[in-house]
Amino acid sequence: MSNTIRFDVDADGIATLTIDVPGQSMNVIGAEFLTDFSAAIDRLSSDAAVKGAVIASGKASGFMAGMDLKGMEEMLLPQEGGGKLAMATLFDRVFTLNAILRRLETCGKPVACAIEGICVGGGFELALACHYRVVSDSSKVQLGLPEILVGLFPGGGGSQRFPRIAGTQVALMYMLQGKLFRPAEAAAIKVVDAVVPAGTTIEAAKAWLLANPAASVQPWDQKGFKFPGGVGSMNPAFAQTFMGAVPMMAKEAQRNMNAPIALLSAVYEGAQLPMDRAIRIESKYFAKVLAQPQARNMVRSLFVNKQAAERGARRPKDIAPSPTKKLAMLGAGMMGAGIATVAAQAGIEVVLLDRDMAAAEKGKAHAQEVLSKRLGKGMTPEKMADILARITPVTDVADLTGCDFVIEAVFEDPAIKADITKRVEAVLGADTIFGSNTSTLPITGLAKAWSKPENFIGIHFFSPVEKMPLVEIITGEKTGPEAIAKALDFVAQIKKTPIVVSDSRGFYTSRCFSTYVQEGTQMVAEGVNPALIENVGRQLGMPVGPLAVSDEVSIELGHKILAATKRELGSAYKGTRADDVIEQMVVELGRLGRKNGKGFYDYPEGGKKALWPGLTEHFPRAAHQPTPEQVRERLLFRQLIECARCYAEGVLAAPEDGDIGAIFGWGFAPWTGGPFSHMDTLGAAKIVETLDRLAQEQGERFSPTRQLRDMATSGATFYPAKAKAAA
Amino acid sequence: MEAYIYDAVRSPRGRGKNDGALHEITPIALVSQVLAALRDRTGIDTADVDDVILGCVTPVGEQGADIARVAVLNADYAETTAGVQINRFCASGLEAVNMAAAKVMSGEADFAIGGGVESMSRIPMASDGGAWATDPAVAYKTYFAPQGIGADLIATKFGFSRTDVDAYAIESQKRAKRAWDEGRFVRSVLPIRDVIGEVVLDHDEHMRPDADMQSLGALKPSFKAMGEDMPGFDAIALQRYPEVERIDHVHHAGNSSGIVDGAAGVLVGSKAMGEKYGLKPRARIRAMGSIGSEPMIMLTGPESIAHKLLKRAGMGKNDIDLWELNEAFASVVLRYMQALDLDHDRINVNGGAIAMGHPLGATGAMVLGTALDELERTGKGTALINLCVGAGMGTGTIIERL
Repeated sequence: MSNTIRFDVDADGIATLTIDVPGQSMNVIGAEFLTDFSAAIDRLSSDAAVKGAVIASGKASGFMAGMDLKGMEEMLLPQEGGGKLAMATLFDRVFTLNAILRRLETCGKPVACAIEGICVGGGFELALACHYRVVSDSSKVQLGLPEILVGLFPGGGGSQRFPRIAGTQVALMYMLQGKLFRPAEAAAIKVVDAVVPAGTTIEAAKAWLLANPAASVQPWDQKGFKFPGGVGSMNPAFAQTFMGAVPMMAKEAQRNMNAPIALLSAVYEGAQLPMDRAIRIESKYFAKVLAQPQARNMVRSLFVNKQAAERGARRPKDIAPSPTKKLAMLGAGMMGAGIATVAAQAGIEVVLLDRDMAAAEKGKAHAQEVLSKRLGKGMTPEKMADILARITPVTDVADLTGCDFVIEAVFEDPAIKADITKRVEAVLGADTIFGSNTSTLPITGLAKAWSKPENFIGIHFFSPVEKMPLVEIITGEKTGPEAIAKALDFVAQIKKTPIVVSDSRGFYTSRCFSTYVQEGTQMVAEGVNPALIENVGRQLGMPVGPLAVSDEVSIELGHKILAATKRELGSAYKGTRADDVIEQMVVELGRLGRKNGKGFYDYPEGGKKALWPGLTEHFPRAAHQPTPEQVRERLLFRQLIECARCYAEGVLAAPEDGDIGAIFGWGFAPWTGGPFSHMDTLGAAKIVETLDRLAQEQGERFSPTRQLRDMATSGATFYPAKAKAAA
Repeated sequence: MEAYIYDAVRSPRGRGKNDGALHEITPIALVSQVLAALRDRTGIDTADVDDVILGCVTPVGEQGADIARVAVLNADYAETTAGVQINRFCASGLEAVNMAAAKVMSGEADFAIGGGVESMSRIPMASDGGAWATDPAVAYKTYFAPQGIGADLIATKFGFSRTDVDAYAIESQKRAKRAWDEGRFVRSVLPIRDVIGEVVLDHDEHMRPDADMQSLGALKPSFKAMGEDMPGFDAIALQRYPEVERIDHVHHAGNSSGIVDGAAGVLVGSKAMGEKYGLKPRARIRAMGSIGSEPMIMLTGPESIAHKLLKRAGMGKNDIDLWELNEAFASVVLRYMQALDLDHDRINVNGGAIAMGHPLGATGAMVLGTALDELERTGKGTALINLCVGAGMGTGTIIERL
């Protein structure tokens, strides 16, 4: 009895296989489905009354999302009894899907796939194993193979069938970028055979089956099959494609990711083999990728835990949902305008307050600018008008009446913030939840200006708000569960990814991220070749080098924050050589960063930026240069230890927040799955050993925490080490 | 046993395009004429030639299927003369001579011919494929980038500007012209004939003696687009050499070796063979060998093999009177001069491949002949011949004039 697939045969002898995996909002491929699907193929193949089949979905959400990654993540955890799974065992497991899909396409009956809605990953691979694909002409349809984005690659025959349909070059382009496509694009590259009005795909699929009763052999199983664009190492186009694909991939992934190079090999080797052997090659490379901790780390942080965070993993359970209806946005500067834009896009009414109307209007104009850039890319003039109509620029706090949530993004000055906080309370009352978008000021202090500090919370956005996926929620000493729930509901409304952290200087993200910049700057002070610092930073998997970041956020701002920190901490502040570089750059040399075209880089007009040659003069090149590995180790471990400190100090309550916050907040090397996953992978003993050595060589800033030392002794990890017993 | 050089012959180099003079000459015809000349000039009985070793870098199509053995048959050598085609990329021609010498030294051969052939106008470079550049696992592991990227990286890393490399190229052209004007190559160059016996080429066709800084300055860099944009090989280079901020793309057609057609051969034999035919040996092989070097930058092997050979021969740098390094790219020679602290007037004195071209499989044997001619012309004693090699190698030979 099949629980996940309904098998209905109509009067014409056409079977409809309706996939409806229970307990899931979207169909996913798990163990039960595979068993059911295998049985359905047997029946399809053996039942003489069945002439062909349509595969469709019973879910309104779409066709199918792909592998059950949560199940897969658990499969990849070290097993009870210890030890990693042997690659041969992994091969047997991952080949199951390939074997079933191969049986589908060789079952002797024509099979058509009726796609409505989302059809990605394993779902799309299933579709590729059908003899005919018909897709609905709807904006809800998304097709493609995005596995690469979570550290995997298409391992259900996709890396073999896609190139045989669309040609190697086209298929690689999509698979390497994990790029999804719409129906028209899919039809243009021939991965779908027909695009029909929504709701008519099954009908169209049946019509095709009745008209093509003998179409049960895939093109690649037919004699004389011509591989689109050519194939084989002696084929110049094929050879050129791979010669170019490696540097393009390596430029993007640097040399940190296992999946992209495995994908290239699977396609290169598999394309030159018959399908039965090609899918085995694919599964072998897939097993190799899965055998490395990287796959588990990336799937866990980039998919499973990210999704869990977005679905409210950190939300207090017993508080009723309280989506924001009307937002009081205080401050229409860059951040305020950005937040107003995303809120209005999410259907929230926004009252945008600033000191004068010109400033408030300017904030709204920003929204208009951002939205108009997207015209034609899913944005229409009508939608845009609706969104803009939801933003009301005002100057009088009295106009905030009726708002059920406040976000403050005014100048980073405690006195100015306290003043506006009090004035808003006078209008809305202290029962309203108040969020501050400060990036540096402690929340507990700011909360004093609101009579009910339990209703005060930090809600830290990243710039540019429209693009940056993370929101860091900060709880002050007295912040209560209602405030957390309200803030998280708001983040869910604007479809961003939240983490929840406790109050601390720089909270979690700014505090840890700044260590990357500081360590790079420290190396400048030591006379390390700046090109080496920058290249190694990027090669570590950071989005840009530390000096380039410093220029982007402005060295001057760094200088101001430094001065403020020194003032507040007084004699407790420990200066670094990096501070001296910042001081010299800003005060003596007038190099403020990108904003004045002069920073660690020069910014010639119309040309590419280049490292400022004067750096060598003012910070003379040391005779002995560190190796790239030494630079890499410092840039990486300086961040790791700060993250570990945040965890030890309770700034972070869970490693999940630490990993998601690092990757989506400051672009921390995604190949690691985040700092905590990476520390677990290396092991606390190795981490402590490295930190002790670095502390010896470089100073206390690398000293390991007590907690890490204890973990090294006990063998503990941040994440649970072993697979939970199957439920 | 010692190995002696009895003769060296090369074809002129024809422009490697479909308007080049040698484009109509098949590679087998080209190299057969060289083999015939070696036989006819020395008057040896080819039954005494145990083996013919020919370098060929793109051994496919009409250059495929062991062109050396087929050339032996086609040149009417004794049926007993064996033939083998080898590939050490750009140093194949010299490697063939080294192998011929090794056969003589070991007693395997009395006479052996080392040489090479490449008809680049007929069989395009790289048309033999290979795992190195196209198998993704291998390309990734070895940081593969085309050698022009390596040449530009050498210029950037070791501080040679566009002006430096262009000035070197102009000097190569001047020296080649002077050498031709003064007849310095006359002993070795064999005019090539067509099917009706007419000479189709008797001089190096690729030369541009009128090149100046202005004309070279107008040329666009050849490797900038593939380095910086599509597909972006510079990223690979910086991953291997992160101390370099960005690559300065200085090489172009005017300061890189020319694409040409050509063939060459060197007759190597034992002392007894010379005595048998009354041939005076022209030179003796003092040392020879190859070495591997870092493959991404690819072209820095020559300095390593130079050191290795000097040590092996028990010689110092000043014991070498004449230096030859194939002008694959200007930066390769400039870096070699910098690394070994050589004066420009002791190296490549008659120009090189930038002016005259680089028929891949044959060049090594050609430059050895050029060095030998120059030792004889000037009365000098020793020469070190050296080539940079694909995938990170260097091949060299030290000869001593007799």
